[in-house]
Amino acid sequence: MPRVSLFVTCVIDQLFPKVGIAMADVLERAGCAVDFPEDQTCCGQPAFNSGYRDEARTVARHFLKVFHGSEYIVVPSGSCTSMVSHHFADIFADYPSELAAAHALEPKVYEFSSFLTQVLKVDDVGARFDGIVTYHDSCHALRELKIKDGPRQLLSKVKGLELREMDIAQECCGFGGTFSVKFPEVSGGMARTKIESIQKTGASTVVSIDSSCLMQLRGALSRAGLPITTLHLAEVLASR
Amino acid sequence: MSVVFDEKIQQTLGNANLQLAIYTSTGRLMDHRKKSLTGQLPEYQDLRTHANAIKQHTIENLDYYLEQLEVNVEAHGGKVVWCRNAQDVADFVLQLAKDRGSRLIVKSKSMTTEEIDFNERLEHHHLESVETDLGEYILQLKHERPYHIVAPALHLTRYDVANLFEKELGVPNDTVIENQTMLARRVLRDKFLQADIGVSGANFLVADSGAVVLVENEGNARLTTSAPKIHIAVAGIEKLIPRAQDLATFLKLLGRSATGQPLTVYTSFLSGPRRGEEVDGPDEFYLVLLDNGRTKVLADEEKRQALYCIRCGACLNHCPVYRKIGGHSFPWVYSGPIGAIITPQFMGTRHEPGLPFASSLCGACAEVCPVKIDIPQVLLDLREDVVKARTEDASNQLEKFAFKMFAYAMTRPKLYRFAGKMAAKFAPREPWVRHAPGLELLPPVKGWLSQRDLPTPAAKSFRDLWKERKG
Repeated sequence: MPRVSLFVTCVIDQLFPKVGIAMADVLERAGCAVDFPEDQTCCGQPAFNSGYRDEARTVARHFLKVFHGSEYIVVPSGSCTSMVSHHFADIFADYPSELAAAHALEPKVYEFSSFLTQVLKVDDVGARFDGIVTYHDSCHALRELKIKDGPRQLLSKVKGLELREMDIAQECCGFGGTFSVKFPEVSGGMARTKIESIQKTGASTVVSIDSSCLMQLRGALSRAGLPITTLHLAEVLASR
Repeated sequence: MSVVFDEKIQQTLGNANLQLAIYTSTGRLMDHRKKSLTGQLPEYQDLRTHANAIKQHTIENLDYYLEQLEVNVEAHGGKVVWCRNAQDVADFVLQLAKDRGSRLIVKSKSMTTEEIDFNERLEHHHLESVETDLGEYILQLKHERPYHIVAPALHLTRYDVANLFEKELGVPNDTVIENQTMLARRVLRDKFLQADIGVSGANFLVADSGAVVLVENEGNARLTTSAPKIHIAVAGIEKLIPRAQDLATFLKLLGRSATGQPLTVYTSFLSGPRRGEEVDGPDEFYLVLLDNGRTKVLADEEKRQALYCIRCGACLNHCPVYRKIGGHSFPWVYSGPIGAIITPQFMGTRHEPGLPFASSLCGACAEVCPVKIDIPQVLLDLREDVVKARTEDASNQLEKFAFKMFAYAMTRPKLYRFAGKMAAKFAPREPWVRHAPGLELLPPVKGWLSQRDLPTPAAKSFRDLWKERKG
């Protein structure tokens, strides 16, 4: 039985906790022993992406300490996964002992959908969801972790669900961390372009593996008064 | 971010016609690129890897190849002119024009000459310099900078051009594109025949053959480099490739990445002036090799990959930010993702400190870059440079303090939990809000709410729910 430590991310812990619970449900049903290291906080990405590398390193060091003994670390976010598996090595480049610890962690860290498809090798988790959905590729999952087909496979096995592709599924939603508030009009414009594409599919739900993209899209959908909802993949896979 | 940068962004976003022009034109270039690669070039990814390796090797051994290039250019009867900056180039051209009694220059498209304000510097000394690429000609009449590295007049419609020609050339307003092209062609033919000097850029400089390689679709570069008695090619020192055979890699990538063409209409290999038995070509050939900040970039091992760029423009077309803010919002002649990593390195991070932050780091640029420049990585490095180098005004100090607090709280789980509980306690109960009284004074909250509704902290955090679930 794989022993999985959840890293739920600060965004999900504080804003969208049900996503974390849904992820735990799916993993347990798939036969994992799930634990939640209580002292976890954040991966440090907000500081890293804003040019505050020293502050990011401080937070990353805390992450290394908390997840030091885990067998697998599963994360409901492509972006936070990539921070740990791709960028920790960068910020610890001049710190040999932490660099070794970061490298040791890399093969254990998985984004939620790729843990299902690559480690557990399941694509049917026995979910049922009645509705038309469209899948938004989040940038770091797509381009840094090369996650593209896995989430679609998982969705295609959900009973009652019809998956319709957007014409620009792979285009950024405009979130980009602090970019969304440093350049709000540009970010908002990008969200609206994406929403036009979502509307064209006729889907009533947008699904993604990153809650921060969904926060951006849901915020813009809500502002536009459109009756389209957003769900994390884990929430769809947990529904019955 | 400077006020000017912000204003230009707002102007572009607020212009619906311009938004449509940018989105449509870049979208078309994206489609063409995709079609030219789908099923057409199975070795595409290998070519990119190879091109990256060649560029890396060349940049790391630039001194060696530059010397080799100089020897080979001079063996063909050309002359190499080393220039540190824009002034050096202008001084050289002005002196040569004076010595030869030249009055008119025709120019083919070159971003390097845009970079040094070539035309303006010469016009200042009453030397006329005429752009002969159609897009560049239009922009010269309009006194504007290129909007895009490859498609300089991408932002203009045929109606804009009709009005411009009417005003500047005194012709009837004609919106038929073919007629506009024929008009420009007639005007420019005269210029080609009268010109004393032709100035081109260079797409590639081949060290082992001493050749200058130019790619184009209009034939104006070929005329520029062969009709006048003197040809001057102006190129940045990073345009070098070691061997003629390396072109087999780069030419396959350049046309497809830029416009979706397997090859451009014309590919010219120019090796020095006309020799005795040849019927055409210039009497004199000069290769101006420009530094203008490049050696400074070369000194930075991480970020110098910006010098690998072959100016295809694919990163601009695929950038969702460029497609919103357009080319003229950028603070220098190089726009889009490549402009965002070149400009701070050439001009210093203070030139426009906001520039490296004007990206969602989506990585679409790196995905299509034919020489695999890791643009998001360089942007991240530049952000760190900006934060370390910028002056501490009030908003920077607030941000710095916020990230210090962030690092403090995120390494103290009890404090993190307490802060979360407090936020949840005082937050409104509805999950998405349109206003956040009291918090809207904070720039990030204000910025977010200007475009989107804001999620409120959940009444129970994940860790609360987890405890309940475990019972």
